[in-house]
This record gives sequence, C-alpha cells and structure tokens, in this order.
Amino acid sequence: MSKKKNGSSGLGQLLIPLIALGILVLFNLFRDISFFSITMRVNNSGNIVLAGNLISIIDNASELAIIAMGMTLVTAACGGQDISVGAVAAISGAVLVKVLQGMGGITPVSLLLGFLAATLVTILFKLFNGTLVAVFRIQPMIATLILFSCGRSIAYWINGDATPQLYAPIIDSIGKTIPGIPIPTPIFAVLLMGLLLILLFRFTSLRLYTQSVGINQGAARLNGINPTTVKLISFVILGVCVSIAALLGVCRMHQLNHKNLLVDIEMDAILAVAIGGNSLGGGKFKLIGSILGAYIIQMLTTTLYAMNVNPVNIKAYKAIVIILIVVAGSPVIKRGLTALWKKLRTNKAQTEGVN
Amino acid sequence: MEDGIVLTMRGICKAFPGVKALNNVDFTLRKGEIHALMGENGAGKSTLIKVLTGVYEKDAGSICIDGCPGEAHIHSPQQAQEIGISTVYQEITLCPNLTVAENMFIGRGKGAIVHWKEYEKRADEILKSLGIPARANQELSRCSLAVQQMVAIARAVDMNCKVLILDEPTSSLDDNEVARLFQLMRDLKAKGVGIIFVTHFLEQVYQVSDRITVLRNGELVGEYVVEKLPQVELVAKMMGKSLDDLAELERIGQKGAISDNCVYEAAALSSSECRPFDFHIRGGEVNGFTGLLGSGRSESVRAIFGADRVTGGKIRIKGKAARITKPHDAMKNGIGYLPEDRKRDGIIADLSVRDNIILALQVIQGMNHPISRAKAEAFADEYIAALQIKTASQDTPIKSLSGGNQQKVILARWLLTHPQYLILDEPTRGIDVGTKAEIQKLVLKLAEEGMSITFISSEIEEMLRTCSRLIVMRDRKIVGELTGDDLTQAQVMKTIAGGEQTDE
Repeated sequence: MSKKKNGSSGLGQLLIPLIALGILVLFNLFRDISFFSITMRVNNSGNIVLAGNLISIIDNASELAIIAMGMTLVTAACGGQDISVGAVAAISGAVLVKVLQGMGGITPVSLLLGFLAATLVTILFKLFNGTLVAVFRIQPMIATLILFSCGRSIAYWINGDATPQLYAPIIDSIGKTIPGIPIPTPIFAVLLMGLLLILLFRFTSLRLYTQSVGINQGAARLNGINPTTVKLISFVILGVCVSIAALLGVCRMHQLNHKNLLVDIEMDAILAVAIGGNSLGGGKFKLIGSILGAYIIQMLTTTLYAMNVNPVNIKAYKAIVIILIVVAGSPVIKRGLTALWKKLRTNKAQTEGVN
Repeated sequence: MEDGIVLTMRGICKAFPGVKALNNVDFTLRKGEIHALMGENGAGKSTLIKVLTGVYEKDAGSICIDGCPGEAHIHSPQQAQEIGISTVYQEITLCPNLTVAENMFIGRGKGAIVHWKEYEKRADEILKSLGIPARANQELSRCSLAVQQMVAIARAVDMNCKVLILDEPTSSLDDNEVARLFQLMRDLKAKGVGIIFVTHFLEQVYQVSDRITVLRNGELVGEYVVEKLPQVELVAKMMGKSLDDLAELERIGQKGAISDNCVYEAAALSSSECRPFDFHIRGGEVNGFTGLLGSGRSESVRAIFGADRVTGGKIRIKGKAARITKPHDAMKNGIGYLPEDRKRDGIIADLSVRDNIILALQVIQGMNHPISRAKAEAFADEYIAALQIKTASQDTPIKSLSGGNQQKVILARWLLTHPQYLILDEPTRGIDVGTKAEIQKLVLKLAEEGMSITFISSEIEEMLRTCSRLIVMRDRKIVGELTGDDLTQAQVMKTIAGGEQTDE
C-alpha cells in the first residue's frame, strides 16, 4: 500500500506534462495522421537516416533537453535560474572553434581537445555565476544577468566577427548522424547526459543534498551539509550541460555564429523545468519532468510549422499554449482538481454505499 | 475615569483558531508610571499589546483612555496613534537613510507642503529637551542603535502620546546604551507619560519599573508593586507555581552510572550569539541548561554544536583536543543536535519521512557513500517502529505529520547516527503529553546505555525529572549549577531570580 501511494504521488508531478504531451499527440493525430510518419531516406552525405516529424522533434530538442537538465539542478539547489546559459554556450562554442583553428584542422583528436577546453572554460564561467549566488547570496537572476548581457561579446572577442565554417566528417557525425546509424547523434547525447546524471544520483547522495538545501538551507546546514558546495556543484553540472549543447549546436549548423548559437535557449530551458512540474523556487525535482518539458516545447514548435503558421506568429501561438500548460499546473488549479477528485470519490463511495 | 489613570483595559478576550490567546485580562496604567508586562513565551504579552495598538481586534472587553469619553474603539495602529498610544518595537521601524528630523516628522504633515527647515528646528529642540545625543539633520543610520531607538521614542512622544509601549527595547543594546535608554524613560515618566515596558530581562524590570503585571497562558496572574514582589516570586508567578506549594515532584532520576570521564569539555567557548562559558558533560550523564526565555540557554548549546559562528574557546572530546566550528565537525565527533525551532531548523518539509531520518547519517558517511534504498527503508522501518512514529508510510512528506511525530522523526535522525553526546533543545515543545512522557523516558534509557545528553526545556518539572545536573542561566550568563538535593523547583527559581548563587 505504501509503495503504491508513492507511485501515484510521484506521477502527480508528471501528470500535467504528460497530459499536455498527450493532447499535442491527439491534436496532431486528428489534424493530419501523416505528421507521425517516419521514413527512411538518404541524406546529403549519402547515409540512410530516419526522417519524419517525430524524429526531428526529438533531434531538435536535444540541446534544450540537455540544458534543461542542468537548469533543473541549479533551480533545485538555489531556488533560482541561470539566464546566461545561451550566452555562455556562445563562449563555449568560440573556445571550441579557436582550439580547432589553433590545431590547424578538424580531426577527432583536435575536436576532443577543443571540447575539453571549451568545457573547462564553461565550467569556470558557471563557477563565476555560482560564486555570486552561493557565496555572495546574490539573486540568481541578477547574478547571471551579468554573463547574459556580456557573454556573447566575450565570444566575439575570442573569435572576432567571423562566422567560421566547419566542414568535416566528424562534424557531421556529431551534428547529424554517424554513417551507418540512422538515428541522429544529438539524441544519443541526451541519453548519455541523462545516464550520467542518473549514475551520479545513484552513486552519490547529491540528490538528497540538493533537495535538502533547496527546501531548507538552514536545516541542511545544521545537518552538516555545506550549502555553498552543493550550489557550486549544481553550477558545474550545468556548465558541462551547456558545453555539450554548444558542441551539438555548432556541429549542427556547421558554423559558429556567436550571435545566433542557442539564442533564447535560457527562457525555453526555464520553461521546460517549469512545464515538467518542478518548482522554480527550488527543492524537490524530477529530471524526467524537465526533459518532457523540453520535448513538449519542441513538439509545439514543430506542430505549428507543420500547420504552416507564419514564423512571425509562431511565438504568439506558442505563448497561448504555454499559458494553458502553466496555469493547469499552478497550485490553485491543482488544489481545485484535487478537491474535485476527492468530492467525486466520496460521492461515488456514497452511491456505492446506498446500492 | 479615575484620576491619575491613563489607560484601563477590562475583560479583554482574544481567541485564535484553536487557542485562547487572552482570557479576561485586565490591565491598568497610571500617569507617570513605568509598568512592566511580564510572562513567558505564549503568555499573551504581545497579543495584549497588539489588541491595544489595533493590530488585532479584541473579541470582548473594553478599553478606556484618559481624555476620550467612553470606550475607545481601536481598529488600526493609525487610530491608536491618534488617541495617544504609541509603540516602539524591538526592531527599529524607522527609515535608516532619512535624517533624524525626517524620521520624526514623516507621515505627519497635514498638507502637501512640508517645511523641513521648521521641522529640523523643532526636532533639535525636542532632542535637546529629551537629552538625546543626535542632530536633526544627521542621517539616522549614522546613529547608534540606542540613539535610533530614542529617536523612535522622541517621535512617539512628540505625537502627544499618553501611553508609550516599549516592546523589548533593550534586546539589541549594550549595557551603556541600556542605561541611557532608562534615563530617557525616567525623564518621560517625570513628564507624566505612562510607559508599558515589555521585556524578558528580570534585572532591568527591577531597575526602572514601578509596577509589574504578570500574564500566564493568556490569563492575568496579577498586578504588583515592584517593591512588594521579590524576583524569586516573580519567577514563580511567571512559571505558574506558588512558592508555598512547591511540593517536590517525584523524580524518575538517573539509574545508570555516570562515568568519571568527560565526553565533552569546553573552556571559554563563545560564539557570535553567546558570551564565553565553560561546560562539560560526562559519559551517561543527563544535564540541562535552564533559565527564562532569552537567558542564552539555546545559544549556548548552539555554540557547542557549531551552529552559530564560533568565536573562541578550547574543546576536548574524550580528553583529546578537537576543533568544532561547524555542524559537520560536531557530527564527526559524535555530537547530535535537535534544534529548538523544529520547523525552521529541523525538518526538511517536502522530503519524505525516510529521507529525513537518514539525512544526518548520510552526511556523516559522506556524499560519495550513499545509503542504498533498501538500507534506508530498513532504517526508516526500524525507527518508525521503535519510536512509534505515526505516519501513513515512510514516503509521506514529513510536513504532513503532527508536530510530535515530526519531532520523533528528527530524534530518529540523530539516534540513527549513534551519537555519544546528544543535545536536545526543547524536544517536547508543542507536543502532546503522552509523547512528552515517551521522550523523557527515552532520554533516560539512552543515558543508561551510556549516551551523554543535554536536555533543555521550558518546563522545569521536566528538567528536574530527567537531569542530574542543571546549569542555570540568566541574562546570557551562567549563574549557577545545581546537583543532588539542590535540584528542586524552589532552588532553581531562586537561582534564576538571583537570590542565591550556589557557585559561579
């Protein structure tokens, strides 16, 4: 009985995002069933790949899903969000390209070194944010506003105004597909990052620490937890997420454009965390919720494109749907629904009693 | 209204859902009198003040103010001010970035045009007449806390107040500042202002007050002239015991042997919140810190655990020098601490009972050695059964448990770490009688098994029943230590009141 109760309460948080996803799927089923068709086709590089709206949704949501995971941790520990992820991703991409240029060519080795360097730099920038938040107790929104405003300028200083083009088989393998594997590589990146975090939660008690700090920092401290360390760790993990997302973004576009790389992703990432039923005030969290949130946002975008909505209007339509999802998940509506559910159940019990 | 009386409150009642905060309370304030309002936590002092200042609406009773015909109806703090009741709160409620004059006159102008020059002149006159060492054009934040407090009083006095309420005005002041404030209070008294003085510092009451009204559990205990109420009797009245019937309660007492070796020793330990003190506890001993609210008992044990910033002192654990500056150090040295404020410092509200139980053990084991789910479930089951914690399941969030059961979960959290020294600060506050007795028995059983325990409680009986040594604190200092035959209510109260000091 106790286990069962746990199951349903665990699902409670995911109820709204699952319903939202279900409605989106149903809507597309009735609108145009071919939306879901998946075909095999030969792409520009001559590889056989899977194609279709579903694949492109899951593929295109990868950067968002990865950053949303990191954002979930920062949100849980600090009770606030990092709005500089897009700007720092541009820095990360710039470092990556600078290393590639410095090493004189794109080879798997230079790409790996470039990625490691970029990750290191990204983590340092995230630690800057983390220090402002955890040590100086600055509101996360304000602390991360600094890099949000100047991050893309820093990326510009690293690489100049050029938008370096990157063409090499390895770039295609990361941004599109690996020859012989029909599934886009970014999808594997999401799986990998998710797996890494699951293992991290499995083999350390970071989850318990993070939730404790997010719920009641004072009590956590009195139980020997160092809140500063826990918050810094969440920023380091976000740094890794941002660096991976930047790599995917650069490889996908075959170029580094410091103005456009993962632009506006911070707001979508925060939204993904919220749609996933996680409290933006910190505390308990579910990674899978945020990942679902990322896919919902992407599915919405793709659906609107498939309906030939003018790209100028897409943001407005997206806003309307998101208002509905967020309001449906709000405490007021949730309380109302719970009350309604209880009433229905007692009514049912009463009628059963009468019968 | 009788001559010389500025305020009468008769039959005041005020109830909150589930609590009767004030029940038929009378209060009388005379002209030119400093009247102390005394009582322990939850006695109803602040509720009475809030009824008087219009923050709360009374359920029943009447309030009469000199100069207002008939009953006064006070519905808001603004109204209270208009009929001459002013309040100066513990936290200064002025604007630190404005000048002294601006603070004194802000919000009091009738029209839109304000004559600051005139105000500054008047402010200077008032400050001078009250002997307050501040200039009108000075920024308030540049004045000391005591002077800021006095400016707040000056503002109140200038609004022609008849009744001045000072709510814990001295708690953040040092001794010199307190003396200065008292001089101001005496000056105002000479000018005929009636002052209600709320404080928990006993000695200060006897320094300035003329009369004392004592409340307990929302009821009036009595009104006394200071000279006729010795400190020890005041303490007895606040705690609800009359000195005559201090019949000795049966002590369960400690049965287990107390070892000769100290488990924990501190010399001149001090923290940001408490003055240096010495302390030790032996293996299997139960001792306690006692004293009135604000006496510094909680601050002392917080210093032992490293909960506040430790500023000095030498610590020995089982005779070996140790360094404890943060909770994690204390935990590694086998010390557990159940905090006074369960909601704020104890529970992680949204987490499950299970997570709350394993938290401290997990932290001691370190982040890289997580307790497996199966083990955590076993631990939780074990302690839910052992302490009879009433919860739907171990997955239930702790916040949906009753207060007593939450407390048991926190207790389980520390017992699971098998500490050699456990500090329990008010473990029985706000929980039902049955659970209280259970916790007391548990404390004695643990001591029998060799654990050292420091026990703090506002209820003296409880401490006498469980502790074999009591450390008595008053005004943030240790004023005595009681053992053996001295462990009686009368002796505890005498020591708290400062009648007899056994040793220092």
